Amino acid sequence: MMTQTNPAIDFSILDIQGISGGYSSLPLIQGLYLNLESGSWLSLVGPNGSGKSTILKLISRIIKPLSGSVYLNGKSIQTQTPQATAQKLAFLPQHQTIPQALTVRQLVGLGRSPHQPWYQWNLSDHDDAVVDRCIQQVQLGKFSDRNVEDLSGGERQRAFLALALAQEPKVLLLDEPTTYLDVHYQLELLELLKQLNQDQSLTIVTVLHELNLATRYSDRIAVLNAGSLHSIGVPNTVMTSEMLSEVFKIRAEVIQTRVGVQVIPISPIP
Amino acid sequence: MLAPRLQQKIIWLRLRSTSISVALVIALILMCVLAMSQGTVSFSLTDLSSAFLRQGNPVYQTILWDLRIPRVIAGVLVGASLGMSGAILQGLLRNSLADSFVLGISSGAGLVAVLLLSVGGLQLWVPMGAWVGAMLASMLVYSIGLMGKVRTTERLILAGIAISAFLGSIQTLVLLFAEENRVQAVLNWLIGSLNGRGWEEVRLVGPYVVIAIALGIAFSRQLNVLNLGDEMATVMGMSVVRSQILLGAIASLLAASAVSMSGLTGFVGLVVPHGVRLLAGSDYRLILPYSALVGACVLVGADLLCRLGTIEFPVGAVTALLGSPIFVGLIYRRSRGTA
Repeated sequence: MMTQTNPAIDFSILDIQGISGGYSSLPLIQGLYLNLESGSWLSLVGPNGSGKSTILKLISRIIKPLSGSVYLNGKSIQTQTPQATAQKLAFLPQHQTIPQALTVRQLVGLGRSPHQPWYQWNLSDHDDAVVDRCIQQVQLGKFSDRNVEDLSGGERQRAFLALALAQEPKVLLLDEPTTYLDVHYQLELLELLKQLNQDQSLTIVTVLHELNLATRYSDRIAVLNAGSLHSIGVPNTVMTSEMLSEVFKIRAEVIQTRVGVQVIPISPIP
Repeated sequence: MLAPRLQQKIIWLRLRSTSISVALVIALILMCVLAMSQGTVSFSLTDLSSAFLRQGNPVYQTILWDLRIPRVIAGVLVGASLGMSGAILQGLLRNSLADSFVLGISSGAGLVAVLLLSVGGLQLWVPMGAWVGAMLASMLVYSIGLMGKVRTTERLILAGIAISAFLGSIQTLVLLFAEENRVQAVLNWLIGSLNGRGWEEVRLVGPYVVIAIALGIAFSRQLNVLNLGDEMATVMGMSVVRSQILLGAIASLLAASAVSMSGLTGFVGLVVPHGVRLLAGSDYRLILPYSALVGACVLVGADLLCRLGTIEFPVGAVTALLGSPIFVGLIYRRSRGTA
């Protein structure tokens, strides 16, 4: 199989070149460019309907792009086999289908499927070891033989994170991973991601509604407005009261704290 | 590399699934032997073994080799097909109510068979016709269901219900205008029966069933991934639509083969996978072969019950009669189990 190589190669793990697409016939995302360095953490923020989730779905092949290309490790995911892409790219969607009567170990085991040839029936010893390591990483060791449907929201989210980690991805996409979690689990999950980001130089792309979590954890923030990129950069430069009033239509104060720049919303702009 | 405790657990799990498989195969063999020895004339074990080796009483030999063995094999093929097609469809649609009836496959077969039977003189074409009808109806349902880009599962079920209702109403009309003496034959077929099934049907349909079962087992791992939902399956590197079409085609082939042999035998495809899940959990690598084995066992057993009385019952009546209370019991057990 021919794989196209990105001509303008710098050291980027994920390179999005002028991608367009969306659910309707008039694509929400039109000609978007984004570039991620290996081991970095990018957060996509923006108001509802600005196309944050759509971008993740375009990258992870859930929606087929109308034009443009996505390069993963220098190779176009459109010309690569889906299986080869799945060995490098994992996605944790906002809503998960919880299969009935599936244990955590079985669920996480499914994350090995991109690495299995079609004729392989059982998980190999190596697969089992990876599954076990991922379950330990998300601290679900005690729950590995429990059914996923019996777990709490936070535990479920971690079980699905272990599923994504079992793919041994280079890039992990997460769509609003903190939505249904209380503040304790939110921090716990993001700390875990930070650890993976630093220890294994896992490249992370998150869609986050919570601006203060985005500024606190990510290296760079991309602000989206109506399907196009408004601004991108380190939290300090991007998160300004001008941007907040222009994109989010709120009056807000931005202050420096010991966990980085934080937003204090004051009032909506009518 | 693996912790010894974990290694032990994995070995234990594999041992468990192997022993369940062996137990199910033995149960099926015993059921077949029982079905071959019982009936209007019952054989002792010595009668059975000598007739099996083509020795002793020639009447017994004829009964065994020309009547019972092909009928038992037909029962195994039909039961295995129904069980596995139900299990595949339930997995594919992530809906535990799915079977070949919900998806319109059976109504396609039913319509063609009713047309042929009510015209008369075309009896010989019923198996082939039912098969073609089932495949056409399932293709129609899949093409409607897979037209859109999103939410394929729900669309498939809705398309199946719509097509089922449509074909069913035509079938009723045909039945209303049929000659009275033909109606009985049509009804018999609609309820499902193995009466008079011989080597010819086995030879005709058997190869398809064997191939479809082998393919189903080979692709069962994909069902496990599909169970995560279309989006996650895509992310796991699967071509979701392609796999759905492939598995759907296998399930249709199985359902059509069963229908062409025995008519519309209900409840096996619906109930058997439910029972099997209690044994196998949600791993389709186990659910599919177990469903085939249990389905075969159930159908051969039900057919034996049909033959025991003075009047022969259609097997579909027995499976429905026994199936519905068992189904209610399974629903009760499940709801209690998850509560």
